[in-house]
Amino acid sequence: MAFPRPRPARPELPRQRVQTLQCGQGAVRAARFNADGNYCLTCGSDKTLKLWNPHKGTALRTYQGHGYEVLDAAGSSDNSQICSGGADKSVALWDVTTGQVVRKYRGHAGKVNCVQFNEEGTVIVSGSIDSTVRCWDCRSRRPDPIQVLDEAKDGISSVKLSAHEILTGSVDGRVRRYDLRTGQLCSDYIGSPITSVCFTKDGQCVLAASLDSTLRLLDKDTGELLGEYTGHCSTTYRLDCVLNEQDTHVGCASEDGHVYFWDLVEGSLALSLPVGQGVVQSLAFHPRLPCLLAATQGQVTLWREDTFQPD
Amino acid sequence: AAESSDSEEEDLVSYGRALQPLQEGERIKKPVPLQEQTVKDAKGRYQRFHGAFTGGFSAGYFNTVGTKEGWTPSAFVSSRQKRADRTILGPEDFMDEEDLSEFGIAPKDITTTEDFASKAKDRIKEKARQIAGVVAPIPGTTAFDDLIGPSKTTVGFELLRKMGWKEGQGIGPRVKRKPCRQKPDPTVKIYGCALPPGLSEGSEDEEDEYQPENVTFAPKDVMPVDLTPKENVHGLGYKGLDPSQALFGVSVNLFTDGSEETSSLLGDLRHSKGRKLGITGQAFGVGALEEEDDDIYATDTLSKYDTVLKDEEPGDGLYGWTAPKQYKSKKRPEREFKYIGRILDGFSLASKSSAPIKIYPPPSLPRNYRPVHYFRPVIIAGNENCHLQKALEESTGKLQRDPTQQSRHALNATQRREQLGETELKGLAPSILEYLSEKDRERLKEMKQASEQQMKAKIVSQQSRNSRFQPAFPENAAHKWQMLLEGQLANAGSSDFKPFAKNPEKQKRYENFVKSLKQGEKDTLERFLDPNMTEWERGREQEEFFRAAVFYRSSNSTLSSRFTRAKYEDDVDKVEVPRDQENDIDDKETAVKMKMFGKLTRDNFEWHPDKLLCKRFNVRDPYPDSSVVGLPKVKRDKYSVFNFLTVPEPTTSVTQATNEKIQESNSLNKPKKPSRWDVSDKEKEKKDSISEFISLARSKADVQQQPPVPATEECGTGTSEILPTLVANEGKNLEEESGRPPMDLFKAIFVSSSDEKSSSSEEESDEEQQPTTSERESETTKQVDVPDSSSSNVQENVTAATDSGISSLPSSKQELNATEEFGPKLPPAFTSGRLCKHLDRKEKHRKIREKHKTKKERKRKKEKKKKHKKQKNKGKHKNKKSEKDNSSDTTESSDSLSDMDTTGLSPKELLRR
Repeated sequence: MAFPRPRPARPELPRQRVQTLQCGQGAVRAARFNADGNYCLTCGSDKTLKLWNPHKGTALRTYQGHGYEVLDAAGSSDNSQICSGGADKSVALWDVTTGQVVRKYRGHAGKVNCVQFNEEGTVIVSGSIDSTVRCWDCRSRRPDPIQVLDEAKDGISSVKLSAHEILTGSVDGRVRRYDLRTGQLCSDYIGSPITSVCFTKDGQCVLAASLDSTLRLLDKDTGELLGEYTGHCSTTYRLDCVLNEQDTHVGCASEDGHVYFWDLVEGSLALSLPVGQGVVQSLAFHPRLPCLLAATQGQVTLWREDTFQPD
Repeated sequence: AAESSDSEEEDLVSYGRALQPLQEGERIKKPVPLQEQTVKDAKGRYQRFHGAFTGGFSAGYFNTVGTKEGWTPSAFVSSRQKRADRTILGPEDFMDEEDLSEFGIAPKDITTTEDFASKAKDRIKEKARQIAGVVAPIPGTTAFDDLIGPSKTTVGFELLRKMGWKEGQGIGPRVKRKPCRQKPDPTVKIYGCALPPGLSEGSEDEEDEYQPENVTFAPKDVMPVDLTPKENVHGLGYKGLDPSQALFGVSVNLFTDGSEETSSLLGDLRHSKGRKLGITGQAFGVGALEEEDDDIYATDTLSKYDTVLKDEEPGDGLYGWTAPKQYKSKKRPEREFKYIGRILDGFSLASKSSAPIKIYPPPSLPRNYRPVHYFRPVIIAGNENCHLQKALEESTGKLQRDPTQQSRHALNATQRREQLGETELKGLAPSILEYLSEKDRERLKEMKQASEQQMKAKIVSQQSRNSRFQPAFPENAAHKWQMLLEGQLANAGSSDFKPFAKNPEKQKRYENFVKSLKQGEKDTLERFLDPNMTEWERGREQEEFFRAAVFYRSSNSTLSSRFTRAKYEDDVDKVEVPRDQENDIDDKETAVKMKMFGKLTRDNFEWHPDKLLCKRFNVRDPYPDSSVVGLPKVKRDKYSVFNFLTVPEPTTSVTQATNEKIQESNSLNKPKKPSRWDVSDKEKEKKDSISEFISLARSKADVQQQPPVPATEECGTGTSEILPTLVANEGKNLEEESGRPPMDLFKAIFVSSSDEKSSSSEEESDEEQQPTTSERESETTKQVDVPDSSSSNVQENVTAATDSGISSLPSSKQELNATEEFGPKLPPAFTSGRLCKHLDRKEKHRKIREKHKTKKERKRKKEKKKKHKKQKNKGKHKNKKSEKDNSSDTTESSDSLSDMDTTGLSPKELLRR
């Protein structure tokens, strides 16, 4: 019998505001960490996309080229490229260093709500209010998507990718998971319009936030409900939900200006973080640290755990 | 090959140059085959053939201009100082070098100049020379010139001269010249191009003043027209480029007297003139190489043109190069073809026209003639015109072909054939009866007979016999139309059968037609047809109507039992719809309300990712052989109900399958593996109504407990059975109620089951269904557990489940009216510990967790097999877990949620506890 290991430290939740980025790009539609969490992207309603070092609070670059407000962005794993989708119905692929649009993918019939890179940065998956998810090829020059996933009956609000899965949340109240490996589509009915979906870090569960102010944790394989988290307010807006870096807590933005964290297992409310006055539009959790990005109105705030000592 | 040292061989005459002796080991070059030989110009460039007619090489630089640069202007030179040096561009500057080469249009090869030509044509120069010769220091030297000078003239030329021919004259007998010329008006300014100089002017000068009667002239010098038939495949009038001909030969004087000409003129005289070839001359026509280009603008006279529109006097018909017209026109009568032009010598226009070609007009058609065969429906079966028939028969010999005639004939086909001594025809008659089966024909016949139409019935039976046993003749068919309709039209047209609905007029006509047919007015059929139509059209339409009537008849009675009209076109109204559709939302809604996530809310589809997408994701294509992308589609009717109803097809199919399975297991496995399902099935068989079944289900609890272990082997499919079993029961209900069960039932099922989880009160209700359904639900939950129960805690699970089932039996009964309470606002299963007030609720939590745990364990087993890598990734978690596993392996240890340490665990593992 192995000697029991020392208990790991109890996971900390970000409770302390460390940085505030005044983005100066109108309403911040989305704030996203890059792959390693050292940088972040903010999508502004003034058609720009900005790259920041949120830990230092420095703006690094502004990406201009969208024709309307930018609604979502994602960085590739190698940090060389950025994809973004906007209300101009296009998906743009940016070169990080030059700041130029490398490709623009047009084909969506409506606003592009969400974009994601696959692991290798070879495919951009974008979801739009035209109820389609489109997979764009970054490798070739082909202008049309590799595949269109048009199973949703209403707009796509959120898309997440794993190594071999595409997870989509749709306003038709379904969470669809396309498994490329097994060639299956699992459609889980939630009922209320889905605002955000995400995988847990272990890839076994799916967290779905819906407009009935409820977060649900579903078993990925069976679709069973593992947990339900309520207490926040989400009835109108497309708000993000997150899992912390250790999958111990579930977080969700709220329309009352707070960010709520629940214990994943118990379902108890662990933290209510007062971020601002307005709706917290976007959330991003650091991949390794208890570090949260919350976007509200025109600013983005960075939150760290209590023990964190800023330099 | 005359390279030899032998003395004998030296005597031989050798031609040509000897080939180079082959080097040792050198290979003999193979001759280049014809198709590989290429044409290159002097500079080694490939020549490009072009031109459909010219067949020549490309001109200039790739058919454009002379050089690659195009028309490059010469270097700019300021004209202020170098005005005098301005280069004067000649035509050569604009010509290709190929043109100046040997075979070009203006070859620049070395030619004998005039000085050295033997016979200078210029008399003045000649004279000057002679004078010069006389005056020269050595008199008579010019005489030597003739000896020395190279002869440019041909022998024929010389001979002609000796015979008195002079240059500029034509060859032939001398002729008298007719004053048939228009006088040129000197005051009128003349425009246009001049005729080639040297041709016209000289001859015109001579004749202008006076023409004595007795003076004859040499014939004009004209190029003879080539009257040889065209044998080549060139375009009409095309001749290969011959510089001399091209530049001199075209000069035909159109206005010379053709009558005096002969076709035996010697051609190509111009060449003998020894003119220098140069690029000079007039822009029009010939003369590019003419010297005398000074009179370009002067020599054209109006006399060369017609100023009046009039009949041209007969004259020269040698019109250019092409074949003379008059040969053709002579054959034609004058009145038809006004001959303009001159008539060849020896011919004259005929004074009276030849007898006109007799034209045989097309025979005037008889009034009732129809250009096609059609079967005349109106037949008078009388034999009063039998003689006429006979006469016709004799005259044409093939009368039996004519249906209209024949139908009046008294004899039948066989008799006629015998009379004519013809053999039996093998062809099929176009009778619809031929396409009917024996039985149908029989039936038709019966009906006909039943109609009993005096003598006609007889005929019909006779002919239907004919049609069966021997090939029917067309006239039979025509007859048949009539006969068939006679008996059958009783109801035709009365109904809504509208074969010509697209054409209302036609439809109207048809209806009238049918009406008249019904009344037996066979002869008046035609009056219903459109009088504006041609006979042929009427015939067609009549037949059409007949066919339609018959078709209607037959389809109405005999065929309609077999066929049905297509309601939809084949492909137009079909749409591709996904094969699998997401199930009915109503059920899911309920399930969601009950928080029954899982099977009830999940739809699984086969989904085909794009091959490229798989490649990009580094995933093997799950369906390597399929070309489908996305969800598999099926073709369905566009307006099918199934496209709008979201039919739970997969579920039903599963239901059926499981039903069958259950049946099977009932019949086969019952003795071996007794399980609670067997019990329920037995009961199902016994009891018909669900209420009875459900009421009995309460007593099952004890039964369920007894055989828990064997059930593990039975259900290998695991959780997939949950839904089926549930629905299987419902399926039974469906059968019994012959329709969708009321919503209450679903609610009852779901409500009670969730009650079971969250029930906190112990009240009992009197209603029967609620508890039993919840009971069943508990069964299903157990059913989930049972297949997993290979490990030691199976027993515990089962017992725990059954315990809970038993315990919840009474507790769930009370929750009947609580359906309204269940909504999204219900406290969730995982609320904070503070909210969990009731102990039994905690128990429920535990139970759920147990359920999860067993599932997770199963999953973990699977994972252990499959995903070693993943475990490696989760090594950290594993380690932590292993520590916990000691304490949390058993379900008992997880009873208390409060002291759980959840840090560092994946949600799965956390939930497992």
